[in-house]
Amino acid sequence: MNFKLKVWRQKDGQSTGSLVDYEAPEIPPQASLLEMLDIVNERLVLAGKDPIAFDSDCREGICGTCSLSVNGEAHGPDHPGAACELYMRKFKDGQTIVIEPFRVKSFPIVKDLVVDRSALDRIVQAGGFISARAGSAPEANSIPIAKTEADLSMEAAACIGCGACAAACPNASAMLFTAAKVSHLALLPQGAPERAKRVVGMVHAMDAEGFGNCTNTYECEAVCPAEISASFIAKLNREFSRANVKRSAGE
Amino acid sequence: MTGSFNANIPHGALDRKWTNHKDHARLVNPNNRRKFEIIVVGSGLAGGSAAASLGELGYRVKCFCYQDSPRRAHSIAAQGGINAAKNYQNDGDSIYRLFYDTIKGGDFRSREANVYRLAEVSGHIIDQCVAQGVPFAREYGGLLANRSFGGAQVSRTFYARGQTGQQLLLGCYSALCRQIAAGTVQMFPQTEMLDLVIVDGHAKGIVTRSLRTGKIEKFAGDAVVLATGGYGNVFYLSTNARGCNVTATYRAYKKGALFANPCFTQIHPTCIPHSGDYQSKLTLMSESLRNDGRVWVPKRKDDCAKSPGEIPEKDRDYYLERKYPSYGNLAPRDISSRAAKEVCDEGRGVGPGGRGVYLDFADAIKRLSQQTIAERYGNLFEVYEKITGENGYEVPMRIYPAVHYTMGGLWVDYNLMSNIPGLFVIGEANFSDHGANRLGASALMQGLADGYFVLPYTLPNYLAGQVGRRPSADAAEFKDAENNVRGKIQKLLNINGHCSLDSIHRELGMLLWDKCGMARNKAGLEETLGKIPELRERFWREVRVPGDGEDFNQSLERAGRVADFLEFAELLCIDALTRDESCGAHFREEHQTSEGEALRDDDNYASVFAWEFQGCNGTITPPKLHREALHFDTVHLTQRSYK
Repeated sequence: MNFKLKVWRQKDGQSTGSLVDYEAPEIPPQASLLEMLDIVNERLVLAGKDPIAFDSDCREGICGTCSLSVNGEAHGPDHPGAACELYMRKFKDGQTIVIEPFRVKSFPIVKDLVVDRSALDRIVQAGGFISARAGSAPEANSIPIAKTEADLSMEAAACIGCGACAAACPNASAMLFTAAKVSHLALLPQGAPERAKRVVGMVHAMDAEGFGNCTNTYECEAVCPAEISASFIAKLNREFSRANVKRSAGE
Repeated sequence: MTGSFNANIPHGALDRKWTNHKDHARLVNPNNRRKFEIIVVGSGLAGGSAAASLGELGYRVKCFCYQDSPRRAHSIAAQGGINAAKNYQNDGDSIYRLFYDTIKGGDFRSREANVYRLAEVSGHIIDQCVAQGVPFAREYGGLLANRSFGGAQVSRTFYARGQTGQQLLLGCYSALCRQIAAGTVQMFPQTEMLDLVIVDGHAKGIVTRSLRTGKIEKFAGDAVVLATGGYGNVFYLSTNARGCNVTATYRAYKKGALFANPCFTQIHPTCIPHSGDYQSKLTLMSESLRNDGRVWVPKRKDDCAKSPGEIPEKDRDYYLERKYPSYGNLAPRDISSRAAKEVCDEGRGVGPGGRGVYLDFADAIKRLSQQTIAERYGNLFEVYEKITGENGYEVPMRIYPAVHYTMGGLWVDYNLMSNIPGLFVIGEANFSDHGANRLGASALMQGLADGYFVLPYTLPNYLAGQVGRRPSADAAEFKDAENNVRGKIQKLLNINGHCSLDSIHRELGMLLWDKCGMARNKAGLEETLGKIPELRERFWREVRVPGDGEDFNQSLERAGRVADFLEFAELLCIDALTRDESCGAHFREEHQTSEGEALRDDDNYASVFAWEFQGCNGTITPPKLHREALHFDTVHLTQRSYK
C-alpha cells in the first residue's frame, strides 16, 4: 500500500514544530502503524536524514507508551486500541495520514511525537495506592470480595496510563485517568482506610498539573484503549464529594 | 575471578534452610538504614518491588528505568497468571509440589534450595498483592479463583483476566509511588545504566545516560541491584518489548560478573505467527488458552492449504493429546514448542509459510458456550483479531512458537548476590530459579519473591559490614567508567556507514533463531560462531547512527544495545555448544531419546555453567567456564515425562 504522511516534527521542547510531508510507498497492509513508521525511519536514515522520534515499547497495547494522534484522533481510528494496535489495512490505499503527538499542555513535547507524561505519575504519587507494607498483609482469602465488585474494580484497574483521555478531551482533562485509579481502589475493601485522603490528594494533584475539568463530552471514553467507562468519572465526583462532606463534618 | 563463586546454600533440611538463614542473617538497625544508598536498576516486578520494599524499610533508594515511567516496565505484558502454593482448590497442592513441579519443569538444572524458597514465599506474594488492591479474579462467593497452567496437575494460578502482569506491576508501581512520595525512593525514568563501577572489588555505583537529554552521570551507592530483565531481544523478534536489552547485565559481565546458562532461552509455544520482514515484534497469546483450546494440524500435508472447517475430525492430528495423553494440551512450554516445530518441519504446518498450528476453541465453545470462553479469554481473542483480522471464535487461531523468556542470567548465590560483592541480581536478569525451562506463571512469582521477600533479608546481610564504605562518585573508578561510556558512544556516532541498525539486528536474530533456537546442533552452532564476529565487524564498519549524543536520540540508544547483543550472542552460542546435552529448552539434536525428547546427561552436565569474561582485544577472548555442581538431596532425577 502507498500512503502520504504529514508528521509533526519538532526539534525539542523549546523549538516550534511543524507538519512535514513524507511519502510512504510499498507498505505491507499487515504492518502496524508503528511498523510503518519504522520502515519510513529506516529509509530516512539510509537517505542521511533524521528519523522521526516516537515512543513505543511493548507494541501490544498494554504498556501505554505510544502516544500518537492519527488523523486527529488519539491512537487513531480503530478503537478500542493503542496506536501500536492500529494496522495499515484499516486505511485506504493512497490515503493521507496525519500523525501528531498527544496535544495536552500538561504533556510537554520532548521531540517530534514524544511527549512527557510524568504528570500522570505525580497524580498517582499523590495517593493512588494502598499503604500495605511488604510483609504486613493478612491471608489473601480472609477478606472475601463479591465477584461483581471485584470485576468492576478490575474494569477500572485496566487503565494503561497512556493519557489518550486527556489528549482527546477538549479541556485536556485527566479525569478519566484519575477516576480509574480512584475507582479501582475505592471499590475494594482494602482501599477503604485511605479512601477519602486518596481522592482529595489525587484531584488536587491533577489540578496542580494544569489538567482541565470534565464537561461530559465523553471523548475520553471513545478513545480509551482499555475501554474505561466514563461512568467512573461520576464515581470520582461522588468520592470527592463524599470525602469533602466527611471532612467538613469533622470526621 | 572477582569475588567468590560459592552458592552459599544454608545448611539444614530443605524446608528449614530459608528460616534458618533469615534467623541468622545480619541486620541493619533502623537508624542506620537511611545512611545506605541502594541503586536499583529496573522497575518491573523485581526492581519495582525491591525498590518499594527497601524504601519501606528506610533505606535511601535510587531507582532507574529506561521507560518514561516505572509503570511501563515489560512485566506489564505478562498475561496468564502467577503461581502460588495456596492449595485453595483442595486439589493436593503444597509448597513441596510447587517446588517439585518447578524443579522438574526446569529439567533438573536449578538449585533445590532456591526453588524451595521460591515456593515457600509464593503464598505471601498473593497476600501482599491482594492487600495492595490487585483485583485478582474471584469466585461468586468472593474468594480467589484459580486456573490451571502448563506443567502442573493442580490448579494454582492466580490471575486478573488476561492482564495479570499489568495488575501486579501496577500494584508494585503504586507501592513504589508511595515511597517516591515519602521521599525514600528517588526515581530516574528514561535513564539507562551503561556501566557498573567496582571499587576495591565491590560494586559501588553505576554510570548512566539520560535518554531524554543525553547527560552522562555517575551514581555511587552502597550496593547495586540489577533487575533489568531478560535478553530475548538478541533474537530480534521476540515477545519482549522493543526496549528490552542485555546491556546492563552484559556490561556487568564485562566488569567481572559471571553470566550463567545463557543458552537457556525459552521459546513460548503460543504466539501469533511471524508474517513478514517489516515485523518489529511477536505477540504472545497466553498459555492459559491451552486450558480450553485444542492444538492440531492436518494429518496429511495435502490438507494444509484447505480451510480448517473443510478438514473433518478424522483427518486432524491433535498431536499434543496424542503424544502426551496425561498433560495433553498443557504439556510444558519447551515440549509444546518443539512439537509444533516438528509437525511444521514435516510439512504439516498451516498458514503463510507453513509455520503455524491451529489452536481450536470449537469444542470448548460447544461445551461451555461462547460467552464463557469470552469471559475467560475475551481480550486475547480481541488481540488476535486486531493483529490477524480473523475471528478466533469462528475459525481456529493460528499459533507458532516465539522467543519469550530467558532462564539464563547473571550468576547469583543463595543471597541473590553475584560473585562481585555488593552486586545483586533479581528477577529475569538472574539465572537462579527456573533451570533449563520456566513453567508458565512462574516469572511473575519469581520477580515478586525476589523483590518483596528475598532481597529485603539478604541485602542487609551484606550491608551490615559496609557501613561508611560508599565511595564518592568522583573516585577514579567512576571517572574511568565514565570515559569508557563516552568513548563507546562517540565510537558509535563516528561509524557513519550506510546500513541500518535494524537490518543487522534482524540478521543476527535470524541466524540465532535458525541455529540456536528451538533445536541446536554442533555444526550449526560452530557455523554461527563463525558468522557472529563478521556481523559484528560489519556493524562497526557499516551502520549509520544519526544525530549526536547530547539529546534525545533513539537511534543511539538502540545502537548501544545492538552492539551488546552482537557480543552477547557469541556467549550464548558458546554456552549452547559447550553444554553437550539436551535439557529443557536447550535441545541439542545429537542428544534425544528414541521418541525425540530431550536427553539429559546428568553425570556430566548437572551443573550451572557460569562464564567469566576474559577481555576483548579486537576479537573476544573465549570466556572462562566455571562450573557449579548442582546437588539434589531431596528430588530424584528422572527423565521428564508428561505422557
